[in-house]
Amino acid sequence: MSGVVIAGVGMHPFGRFEGVSTTDMGVHAVRAALREAAVSKGGFQAAFCGTAYGGVATGHKVLSRLGLTGMPIVDVEAGCASGGAALMLAAGAIRAGQYDTVLVFGVEKMPKGIIRSSFFEPWQEEAGLAATPSFFALRAQRLTVTSGVTKEHLAQVVVKNRRHGASNADAMFQKEVSAEEVLASRVVCEPLHLFMLCSPNEGAAAVVLTRDGRGADPAPAPVTLAGAVLRSHLPGSVLSESTPLSGLTDDDVPSPTTLAATAAFEEAALGPQDLDVVECQDTDAARELMSYEEIGLCDPGGSAELLASGATSLGGRLPVNPSGGLLSKGEPLGASALGQVVELVRQLRGECGPRQVEGARVALSHTVGRGANAGVVILTR
Amino acid sequence: MAGRVVVREGLFTDGDAPALLGSRCAACGAHHFPRHDTCPYCAAEGPLPTQLSGAGSLWAWTAVTAAPPGYRGPVPYGVGVVELPEGIRLITHLTVSDPAALALGQAMELRVVPLHSDADGNEVVTYSFAPVDAPAPVDTP
Repeated sequence: MSGVVIAGVGMHPFGRFEGVSTTDMGVHAVRAALREAAVSKGGFQAAFCGTAYGGVATGHKVLSRLGLTGMPIVDVEAGCASGGAALMLAAGAIRAGQYDTVLVFGVEKMPKGIIRSSFFEPWQEEAGLAATPSFFALRAQRLTVTSGVTKEHLAQVVVKNRRHGASNADAMFQKEVSAEEVLASRVVCEPLHLFMLCSPNEGAAAVVLTRDGRGADPAPAPVTLAGAVLRSHLPGSVLSESTPLSGLTDDDVPSPTTLAATAAFEEAALGPQDLDVVECQDTDAARELMSYEEIGLCDPGGSAELLASGATSLGGRLPVNPSGGLLSKGEPLGASALGQVVELVRQLRGECGPRQVEGARVALSHTVGRGANAGVVILTR
Repeated sequence: MAGRVVVREGLFTDGDAPALLGSRCAACGAHHFPRHDTCPYCAAEGPLPTQLSGAGSLWAWTAVTAAPPGYRGPVPYGVGVVELPEGIRLITHLTVSDPAALALGQAMELRVVPLHSDADGNEVVTYSFAPVDAPAPVDTP
């Protein structure tokens, strides 16, 4: 997919902000993105807002405050991939010729603690079978069987991402941690310790998409949206993000992430070997390693080896989560995917200072969660 | 008068020989738990009700150390995935809450165990899996 470019990005930092509303954060991010894109009132024909906990007409509240209403404003909920879903809809509408310029933003103010979800039936909560960390832990434990992942590897994912995030002013945690500190934090669900889990939090991110109108203009290419795909799950995997109560003894059911990544690579006419930088879902440390395998950054079973090789650290062959990932930034569901896109746009423009991936030209963003929903976005320069 | 109630009707039978209540698709042969009225795998309607095997093997396991929102039972508690001979894997409570005491592929059997007491004093029970003939864990120095 070509023909859609990123005209501007903006972000409200991810963290905890007492007294700052969801709308306040959205206004901050949208204003920044529109300013960067030099788009003002009347300059965009539609807006898509990703949010999971924002409530009725979250997007309207943000754009009302900015005096920018009248066009269609559509809230999009796709769990952790809400921002990716919004981006896919916006890009599709531009490609179809419906709009020239579309505003996409994501906002969230998460409840504190373990994420409670209306997804589950009350009896599942009562029986303790709706507990998010336990599902993460079961997936992590399977990785120890299929991929030789150890607790030390899980700790090293955290060490890497927190090191990357230390220079990210938009991250919730900007302090490095050692493997010893990670392993000394309390066990939440074996094999996951507290520091291996990201914090649900608050934040906003915004992106302005526009039709590529450069024509024969020899000006430097802006960042291009080469692919934006959302996929749901196929049934059969008991530990899928669709969180069923049962599945089949069939290990060949492709994950929603694999479905989305395969389609996004096809759309962009690129493959995993072309990538220079990746932001992937690291809700917990094991999730990042699963993402390596499901996106195709390594062969099945190869995630621990890829991590240990240093390839996915800054300075390595394919840095993953240079922003610090969700482990550093925290996870505001509706904003997290667009937060990744903001980071990757800045990486492709060479604006990331100490955490810059030198010469990055092809970037991939990946989010996956409840639904299941998996979003994969590919950006090029 | 207080009694014994299941955490949700239609998931399992209580009593001396408890069973999980599943279904089987006549079109594709897949088994389901809980019961479905449409097969999630092939979309055929009207899967047949069936009782699932109470014997299986352990495929994944962990223990939850802090009570999640809405949970009314004790912590820590074991949660895992047990594989049944019908070709399905299911999410279940485990009677063992020490992950170090369990092993991949271990033989497991269905139990119905107390979860908590409700506001009326009823004992609420749920399905769980326990190791078969497992000796009591031995403390090693």
